[in-house]
Order: sequence, then C-alpha cells, then structure tokens
Amino acid sequence: MLTLHCPHCGTLAAETELTAGGEAHLKRFGPGSDDDSFEGYLFMRENPKGVHFERWRHSYGCGKWFIAARCTATLEVFGTYPAQSSAPPQHIRDAITARRPGWGWRDLA
Amino acid sequence: MKRYSVLAIAREALRGHLGWDRAWASPAPRAHYDVVIVGAGGHGLATAYYLGKNHGIRNVAIVEKGWLGGGNTGRNTTIIRSNYLQDPSAAIYEKSRSLYETLSQELNYNVMFSPRGVMMLAQTQHEVRGYQRTAHANALQGVATAYIGPQKVKELCPIIHIDGPRYPVLGALWQPRGGTARHDAVAWGYARACSDMGMDIIQQCEVTAVRQSQGRVTGISTTKGDIACDKLGIVVAGHSGELARMAGFRLPVESLALQALVSEPIKPCMDVVVMANTVHGYMSQSDKGEMVIGGGTDGFNNFTQRGSFHHIEETVRALIETFPMLSRLKMLRQWGGIVDMTGDRSPIISPTPLGNCFINCGWGTGGFKAIPGSGWAMADLMARGTPGPLAAAFGLDRFRAGRFIDESVAAGVAH
Ligand SMILES: Cc1cc2nc3c(=O)[nH]c(=O)nc-3n(C[C@H](O)[C@H](O)[C@H](O)COP(=O)(O)OP(=O)(O)OC[C@H]3O[C@@H](n4cnc5c(N)ncnc54)[C@H](O)[C@@H]3O)c2cc1C
Ligand SMILES: [Zn+2]
Repeated sequence: MLTLHCPHCGTLAAETELTAGGEAHLKRFGPGSDDDSFEGYLFMRENPKGVHFERWRHSYGCGKWFIAARCTATLEVFGTYPAQSSAPPQHIRDAITARRPGWGWRDLA
Repeated sequence: MKRYSVLAIAREALRGHLGWDRAWASPAPRAHYDVVIVGAGGHGLATAYYLGKNHGIRNVAIVEKGWLGGGNTGRNTTIIRSNYLQDPSAAIYEKSRSLYETLSQELNYNVMFSPRGVMMLAQTQHEVRGYQRTAHANALQGVATAYIGPQKVKELCPIIHIDGPRYPVLGALWQPRGGTARHDAVAWGYARACSDMGMDIIQQCEVTAVRQSQGRVTGISTTKGDIACDKLGIVVAGHSGELARMAGFRLPVESLALQALVSEPIKPCMDVVVMANTVHGYMSQSDKGEMVIGGGTDGFNNFTQRGSFHHIEETVRALIETFPMLSRLKMLRQWGGIVDMTGDRSPIISPTPLGNCFINCGWGTGGFKAIPGSGWAMADLMARGTPGPLAAAFGLDRFRAGRFIDESVAAGVAH
C-alpha cells in the first residue's frame, strides 16, 4: 500500500485515507480560450513511466490537498508539498535529481 | 503451417507427438517492412492478421518488448459482451463479438469462445432505468439483449443472493450470446496465423525511439537495432503515452493498474458471467473451476503491473454480499495489468499528427472483447489511410470537438 506524508498535518497517511486527484500543475483555461488550450487542459496528460507529479487529498485526515512527486515505474516517493505551490519546490527537485539524474517532466528538469 | 484437426491429433498420437510444428517463427528483424506494428498484444496481432487477410499486406513485423500476449491480453478476466449504450460502441463491440463466434474456425486454433451469457445486475433504481434504456438502445442497434427480472436472474444463476440487505438484485441486463474465451489462445491463434502469412513476430525487442523526417515516420529504433517502415501502428495499451512521447504527440490517456484474482478450483456452480457494477465486482467460473474475479481500477498512475491490496479486498467484500457462498473460498492468485484509460472510457483508433503513423489504444479495462473488431478496424485504417465506418467515431479529434462516446455511465465498472 502506498503511504504518503501529508505536508499539512504531518501524518504518514496510508492510501486508504487518501484520494488520488490526478496530474498536478495543470494550467487551467476558462471561457474564451481556444480549442487547443481547452483540449490540452481538459484531456491531454503526461502519463509518464517514471517521475510524476500528482494531486492527492488527505480525505480521511485533515481533508487538505497536497502534491506528491512519485515514480510511476517503481512507486518510489520523492516527496510531498502543499497544493498551493505553483511549481515543485527546489528541495523536491533536488530529491528527484539525487535519485533520477537527467529526469524531465513537461518543461521541468 | 500444418492444420490442427482430429486427424492430425490421431496421427501424432500414433507417432509420439513428434510431428507438431512450432506455432510461430521467431525471426531476427529485417531492415525494412511495409508495416511495423508495435505491441504483440491481442490488438496488435489482430491488426496484423486483418492487414494480411483483408488487405493483402503481408510484409509486416510485429515488435514486442516482452513476450506476445504477456501484457493485458494475458492478464484479463476475458468477459466478452457488446451491450454498450452508444451506437459507435455497439457497432464495433458487436462486430467483435460476432467475429469471436467463428474465430476458432477462422484461425484453426481453439480460442475456447464460450457464449454462456453475461448479466449485468441492476442493484439500484438508477441502474434499473439505465439498463432498461440500454436494452432499448441495443434493440435499435441490432444487439440481442434483454432486461430481465430478479426471478429470472436467480434461475440463471442460483448462487446469487437476490434479497441482499444493502443492494438487493432488482433485475439485470442479459446478453445471452456474451461470454468468455481463452485469452492466451486468442493471442496465440492470431500469432500463428500471422506467422503463417509470412509476417515476423519479433519478441524481446523494445521500441526505444520513433524515427521521423518531415512529419512522417521513417522507422523505429529498438533494442535489436533500427527497423525502417512505410507505415507504423502503435498498439501498446498502457504504454501508449510513452510511444506517443517518442513520436512527438500527446494523448488523452492515463495508465492505471487493474487487478484480478482467482479462487481455488471448485465444482461447477455458475455457468454465466455476472457483473455487479454498483458494488464493483464481476465473476465467472473458469473451465478449471476457479472463480475468476475482477473489480475496479486503482486510483493513481502506475506502471508496475501490481495493485494495492485494499482494492481486491473491497472487490471480494462486495461480491460476498451478492454471493455469500464465496466467503468460504480461498483465493489462490492475484495479479495486475496496466490499463490505458481515456476520459470518455472509449477507445482511440486514429490517425496521428504524423501522416503514416496510426494509434490504437484507450481500451482501458474492457478491450479483450474488442480484439477481433479492433484489429479489423485498425487494419482498415492503416491500409487505406482513413478510418472506415467502424473506426470513424473513435478518432483522437473527438476530444477537441467534444464528440465524446460516453460509456462511463453505461459501463460504470471495469471489465
Ligand atoms: C485485470 C484485467 C482484467 C480485464 N478484464 C477484461 C475483461 O473481462 N473483458 C475485456 O474485454 N477486457 C478486459 N481487460 C482489458 C483488456 O485486457 C485490454 O483492453 C486488452 O487486452 C488490451 O490489449 P492490447 O493488445 O491493446 O494490449 P496488451 O495486451 O497490453 O499489449 C500491448 C503490448 O505492447 C507491448 N509494448 C509496450 N511498450 C512497448 C515498446 N516500447 N516496444 C515494444 N512493445 C511494447 C507490451 O509488452 C504488450 O505486450 C482487463 C484488463 C486487466 C488488466
Ligand atoms: Zn493531512
């Protein structure tokens, strides 16, 4: 079972207390945007085999959203941080680089 | 290829079974093919087969990173049905189901198609209305289904507890010609027939790059060297996003783990397939006597072919309520596959931004039933360059256009 550290309440939360919320750091587009932007935002996904950033909710705990940096090929967790972050903080990126040199995700590296 | 027949069995029995051929050849890749298919799962192999059979294109290689049929094709619970709600789905799934009816004869390989009947239980008022609607839609589509009441359910499947306290059985959508088939045999049968047509099935050969020039694919790089091709078909299920990244386009697909499990073998007790979508579980009995059980997908992106234990626990817990006799059964084996989920829970059979590159994916939790029909439609698309009637609605452009083929409401559950 996956366990993730909730950055809000500090609990090491088991998967059964959490709800997966899909890909993180999506750029949202509203009314008036062009078809390309809507399609990208609503449907297109990175879905990598490797380093991934995704949203989680500590549903049966503090109820707050956070983001996990995780490897989808090994289930290794690199770190978690609050969902208010618009990009992964530097210490998370460093933790990933230490384990996966040369990693890339969207325009992050 | 020597044909399999009663006579062949008799002949081989008399000479110690020394005369059987290998079912397919394992050649080294050549430098160039007219068509290269990536992925030797059921869909890739069926695409190659119908390219040869329906379109006379036989200079074909099927490139597989593991062993053929070792992906989702060899990991699924083999439910075959075509009682979908939307017209494009009914068309391709019913084409597929009808091809299954004669597939053993067609391939000269016993795929053990068993049209034992599939019932989808209605356990809430919402489902009752939903399945009645589907039954009416199916009548218009020419798919033989019926909405049946609880007594008929009990008659068809005596081990069901129809008066459960939480979710009593209120009725079911019944498709008498739905059923199961032997998953490995479907892959093996198509592989044998492809090999017999002179196609190369290249296993243990991972595609690592899609080579291109001026908006067209020129070939692929693999762990066994470069292979040039005139047309490329990507048919890799859970790995579709990875191949699309190599080719330089994006997909509306996410890869999740879906698990299944089987019990210890018991005496025959259930000769239909039962799906219980409200409680999220489905079950059939294999010829060996094992109860074959599946449920919903795990929640997060995953490529490990393993799922979380609490998901199968939930599935079994739910099924025990509807099938109390299960509570005394030991579960023997459990496994997972990586399924390719789209937003509308319908597949993609489509041209791509690269002119001579085509993709078939997004079958998610329910593509075993679609193998013959999908191969038929994909071969047609690859041979002619434009989608035929079966594939037309399943293009990648539907997401931008808002033309979804919404089966998430109708199917609700994985299968
Ligand atoms: C547990 C479970 C239960 C299911 N139950 C049902 C059911 O009851 N009924 C139903 O209809 N469907 C069911 N499905 C879904 C069904 O199994 C799939 O939709 C179907 O098998 C997909 O076939 P495929 O040929 O597209 O993919 P696969 O069989 O997965 O084949 C894809 C192949 O591509 C290969 N590949 C990937 N990347 C590369 C690369 N880089 N280079 C070369 N090769 C590569 C893989 O090794 C794999 O062999 C179930 C799935 C699972 C996991
Ligand atoms: Zn918390």
